[in-house]
Amino acid sequence: MWFKVEPRQEASQAVIYATPVLAVALTVASGYFLFLFLGLAPAKTLYHFLISPTLTFYGWSELCVKAGPLVLIASGLAIGFRANVWNIGAEGQLTLGAVGAGGIALAFWNETGLWILPLMCLAGIVGGMLYAAIPAFLKTRYEVSEILTSLMLTYVATLILGILVYGPWRDPLGFNFPQTRMFTDSALAPLILEGTRMHIGIVVTLAVAVGAWVVMARTVIGFQIKVVGLAPAAARFAGFSRNRTVWFSLLLSGGLAGLAGTFEVAGPIGQLVPHLTPGYGFTAIIVAFLGRLHPLGIIASGFLMAISYNGGEIAQVEDRLPQAATGVFQGMLLFYLLACDFLSRYRIRMAQREATSS
Amino acid sequence: MHDERRTPRLALHEISKRFQTVVANDGISFSVAPGQVHALLGENGAGKSTLVKIIYGVLQADEGQILWDGQPVAIDSPHRARAQGIGMVFQHFSLFEAMTVLENIALGLDNAPDLKALADRIVTVSQKYGLPLDPGREIHTLSVGERQRVEIVRCLLQNPKLLIMDEPTSVLTPQEVERLFVTLRQLSDEGCSILYISHKLQEIKDLCHHATVLRGGRVVGECDPAVETARGMAQLMIGAELKQLTRRAAVTSREPRLIVDTLELRSNQPFGIDLKCISFEVGVGEIFGIAGVAGNGQNELAQALAGEVTLRQPSAIRLDGKPIGHLGAEKRRMKGLCSVPEERTGHAAVPEMSLATNTLLTARNRMGLAAQGFIQIRDARNYAARIIRDFAVKAGGPNSNAATLSGGNLQKFIVGREVLQSPEVLVIAQPTWGVDAGAAAAIHEALFRLAQSGTAIVVISQDLDELLVVTDRLAVINMGTLSPAIDTAEASIEQIGLLMGGLHGMETEARLDHEDMSNVV
Repeated sequence: MWFKVEPRQEASQAVIYATPVLAVALTVASGYFLFLFLGLAPAKTLYHFLISPTLTFYGWSELCVKAGPLVLIASGLAIGFRANVWNIGAEGQLTLGAVGAGGIALAFWNETGLWILPLMCLAGIVGGMLYAAIPAFLKTRYEVSEILTSLMLTYVATLILGILVYGPWRDPLGFNFPQTRMFTDSALAPLILEGTRMHIGIVVTLAVAVGAWVVMARTVIGFQIKVVGLAPAAARFAGFSRNRTVWFSLLLSGGLAGLAGTFEVAGPIGQLVPHLTPGYGFTAIIVAFLGRLHPLGIIASGFLMAISYNGGEIAQVEDRLPQAATGVFQGMLLFYLLACDFLSRYRIRMAQREATSS
Repeated sequence: MHDERRTPRLALHEISKRFQTVVANDGISFSVAPGQVHALLGENGAGKSTLVKIIYGVLQADEGQILWDGQPVAIDSPHRARAQGIGMVFQHFSLFEAMTVLENIALGLDNAPDLKALADRIVTVSQKYGLPLDPGREIHTLSVGERQRVEIVRCLLQNPKLLIMDEPTSVLTPQEVERLFVTLRQLSDEGCSILYISHKLQEIKDLCHHATVLRGGRVVGECDPAVETARGMAQLMIGAELKQLTRRAAVTSREPRLIVDTLELRSNQPFGIDLKCISFEVGVGEIFGIAGVAGNGQNELAQALAGEVTLRQPSAIRLDGKPIGHLGAEKRRMKGLCSVPEERTGHAAVPEMSLATNTLLTARNRMGLAAQGFIQIRDARNYAARIIRDFAVKAGGPNSNAATLSGGNLQKFIVGREVLQSPEVLVIAQPTWGVDAGAAAAIHEALFRLAQSGTAIVVISQDLDELLVVTDRLAVINMGTLSPAIDTAEASIEQIGLLMGGLHGMETEARLDHEDMSNVV
């Protein structure tokens, strides 16, 4: 017996947009059996996992808080992915962005003023960009795969943050806990709705998503990115530099990840701590692909991922679902999405080798 | 010799194949007798490739029947086709550069014997058919003609009863073509049928016993090429009166517009060719040809001229006296140098994008299709529509994807995209490669008109006939060096053929052939 992978004649546009829906359905179905296997009531757990987070207004506001950084990061990543620039290290760039913003917040701890938050945003963006510049330099100068370097630098970033919050930046009145002082009001992102945790960063995120759409659909740089990704030789012919595209993609996605980190520490967290996010930088990769690298699709898939975070917490409380279930769900979703994508372009045939050879 | 009264080796009955809305083959029937050299003629998009893929088992027909020696067969894979005795030599070779001839052949066989025995068989077969080949040589050291031999020998090892050859001579020197024909005639005499696909009518007249002409997916005629005139076959193929291509009057003014001055370039590719001391001048309104066998530095030269590779020495290329050697492709375009690369899909055009979007690749600045970094999509659509109209491109419209166009139509679109920009200099590589006669005539005419308006044109082509028709002067590139330019009117095919082989190259090849044989046997 012999398996053969053959390309299909043509994948239709409808199939391309149907695969995310199919992937979600398969994930839910697998989740059902997973919960059954864990000895839980599958229907009830799924309800808590997927429906409960969306039942209240506060629930939706919390989804916005979670979806915000995911969409912000994924918007940047998606642009790079179009150019075949695979930035897997958004988590690290987010961390360095948070360090930059936190540094400003702490440096001007005694000051007040409307200028502090914008300065923090700037520092966050620069922090993320500088950190993404390392893989960009290694890629353009030495052809080192940005997949490996950006990913590995993530772990370095966590350690850098650790040095700071365990060391020089530790709160002097914090009973030796590894965390910085709480930021002052001037260094916190203002809330856009009282009684929720929704902050100004969500507005910025929406603007960025729309901006990303305009860039990709209407500008020469968006065209350049698509050409570099689809046909590198045609890009060279058109006079588009691959190296410049690599730099642009990595700096943009790094900067946006850094901005997301800024809004996390200036928003829900309010200080620097050793672990800033539940893996937003990695989850954003799934968000980008699930949203078909399209800015509007990314907003939708960002909410779906936010549901998996918040629903996972609810199911932890209500059904004693292990915390790892959220990660398993997200992983399954990416797995099914890639599988569906692959099978929409190729088909697998069983062939008997002996039968066809002479 | 072939005998047409016997049971045909291969008979096709009402073969049809549809791709979504396009009917590629529509009730095609013809038969190939044992030992017959059968030409399959047709424009690009006539359905030749689809038909050949069906015969070789790459595609399956929707309707119709294939008879092999009178028996119906289902050829559902190339494996099955080879088991049946069908061999195919593709236009583009599939060889691994860094591996030896022997390893490549072993990889391509369904049931390879052990390497020692295989090497012996390769030598036997290659000697028998006059295709000298050393099993131990690595592919990247071989000329294109020798590589084709590898592909042919690979087929012959399977003792084929039908050999399909897809445009086999487009990469060969005239001398190599002669040698190939000797082999094919020998095969035919031994009873092997040959299905020969080509657009070079003279070759078909020289070689083939019978020709089937396809147009729009149907058989539109059959003829005996020995009797039918080349002109008659071309008209059958296009279905319209063929425009007589008249050579325009030679250019009198030689005021140099493009000067290439001792251009040196080291290749950045593992098996690339270094360009050595290349110098030539092209005058206002002159068409300058660069001939040569594929893989002698044409790609490298085309990229260096277009600016895809920039040079250290700015003055190595001068346009109207201004040095541009250091500039990239888009900056050179802004100075007036446009180009058409050889590869249509993925290089000259992005197949996944619409024709309108594809105009942005080269015309975004020169034709004002983008302003302040924003794409003016309406202007791009209008420009694409203008190209489609002026060059009679068969396409759904400016929003059609480039991938949906046939090779000839896409080439007309690409050439039109550059020509309508009225550049000062146009560098065009393989302008009519794999393009049907109608489209080729249209492209040549466009080049003539462009030259008349004062553009200096460089045509890099492997098609000698084409160069002899369109150019005023030409030079031959061999192993990265360029011969002195000769006036096309005074050039003879033999003279150019010898330059193409490179006198030095010919000698070594002959010597190696001899040595190889004595070494291995």
